Amino acid sequence: MTKVFDRFLKNPEEASCGCEGGCCGPPAAKPEGGQTEARPAPLTPADHAWIIGSVETAEGDVPLVATRLNRADRNGTLLARLSIKRMSHAVRPGLYGFGKPDAWSPVFVTGNYKMSFDYLRRSLDGRDGWILVLDTRGINVWCAAGKGTFGTDELVARMEAAGLARVVSHRTLILPQLGAPGVAAHEVAKRTKFRVVYGPIRAEDLPAFLDAGSKATPRMRRARFLFKDRIILTPVEIAMVIKSKTFLGILIAWALGLIGVKFLSFNLPVVLGAVFIGTVVVPALLPWIPVRAFSLKGWLLGFLWTAGFLALNGLPATAGGWLSAASYLLILPAFAAFIAMNFTGSSPITSLSGVVKEMKTAVPLMILSAGLGLGAFIAAAVVA
Amino acid sequence: MSLRYLENVVTLEYDRDKCTGCGKCAEVCPHAVFVMADERKAKMTDRDLCIECGACMRNCPFDAIKVRPGVGCAYALMMSALRHRPAPVCE
Repeated sequence: MTKVFDRFLKNPEEASCGCEGGCCGPPAAKPEGGQTEARPAPLTPADHAWIIGSVETAEGDVPLVATRLNRADRNGTLLARLSIKRMSHAVRPGLYGFGKPDAWSPVFVTGNYKMSFDYLRRSLDGRDGWILVLDTRGINVWCAAGKGTFGTDELVARMEAAGLARVVSHRTLILPQLGAPGVAAHEVAKRTKFRVVYGPIRAEDLPAFLDAGSKATPRMRRARFLFKDRIILTPVEIAMVIKSKTFLGILIAWALGLIGVKFLSFNLPVVLGAVFIGTVVVPALLPWIPVRAFSLKGWLLGFLWTAGFLALNGLPATAGGWLSAASYLLILPAFAAFIAMNFTGSSPITSLSGVVKEMKTAVPLMILSAGLGLGAFIAAAVVA
Repeated sequence: MSLRYLENVVTLEYDRDKCTGCGKCAEVCPHAVFVMADERKAKMTDRDLCIECGACMRNCPFDAIKVRPGVGCAYALMMSALRHRPAPVCE
């Protein structure tokens, strides 16, 4: 069964999550390379509160956007962080201006996930410039670059559609560094005569980057994953579990146990604790759990938690008690390991090769452990 | 404390002979695997920090870097394996 993951080593592009609200989004259609589409009427303040006017250019009116976020923008960010309506949190691709942009103002490129767009314009408050929004199907720059939707073809097509070469007189684009997996700077230069400069990873570093003459410090170029960066991702991890069929099944079984289906009764808080370990505790303590594989981190903490819970209850008195304890120890650490393993995709430190290697060992062990655990659970009920 | 993942597993290869020292790889790598030490050629530092995002390879005009790019996302691998879908399909 470990072979199922090997094909991703041969065809990495086959891997894609079904996360509704993960980094995936709709299928990556072929970018409309070079094709000129009829330009839609420019957005106005009547369309969105974050549009505050327009600016005249050689290519017609271009919408001007606010560089301060309003309440609706912040609410949208909050909902997306909570995994609510995350896949429709998008802006229309195309060219926008901010401040008092002219033909010599810098051009910043981003994806059309609204949170990316918001963080970018917020960081440029008090400056003048242009923002070219690529069609990344509402996905953030990093994930879209991995899929190629934030890519050379889409960039070139979007520049042509916006008539960028006629809007600005200079020939420089500032791209987010995390867009680089999808864009070949030298190819963009060859095809458009525009030079690509990769800006810092985080939009908040843009002012310092610009003030230094478009120079990034080594710190700006490093992907950081601090405690706060990890914690802010955990609501989405929790939402992924809560929305899953497995979790629904657990709740139904527990409810049936409560209303008298005796053999289904189990301790719900210890199960929820295992979920909390996988979704929150492992991300929070990530660098300090002294093993490398994410699943092993989850298993380790899940085991300590479950063993601790069982220890509080003392030694089981009956055969059924022992079987029941065994079922907790076989199921819950494996469950926490599984959830923790899914955090690999949210972290900026894992590689495809590493994750495949981890899964080839971890997934069969999880299935085995959970299977034996269910067997013990049923045996405990039969004995009782 | 360490934010390191598994060792000796990534596919990153660097051909120093082909490097012209343009520095683009050092500009795009989010883990400083490539640095411009002496300005003449890029230097590969801690290879195990590589996450196979492929930014360096794509932005090297001289084919000096080879890596099999992909996403280090267990959930994506699992979903694709379960659905037996040949093409990436997300919902």
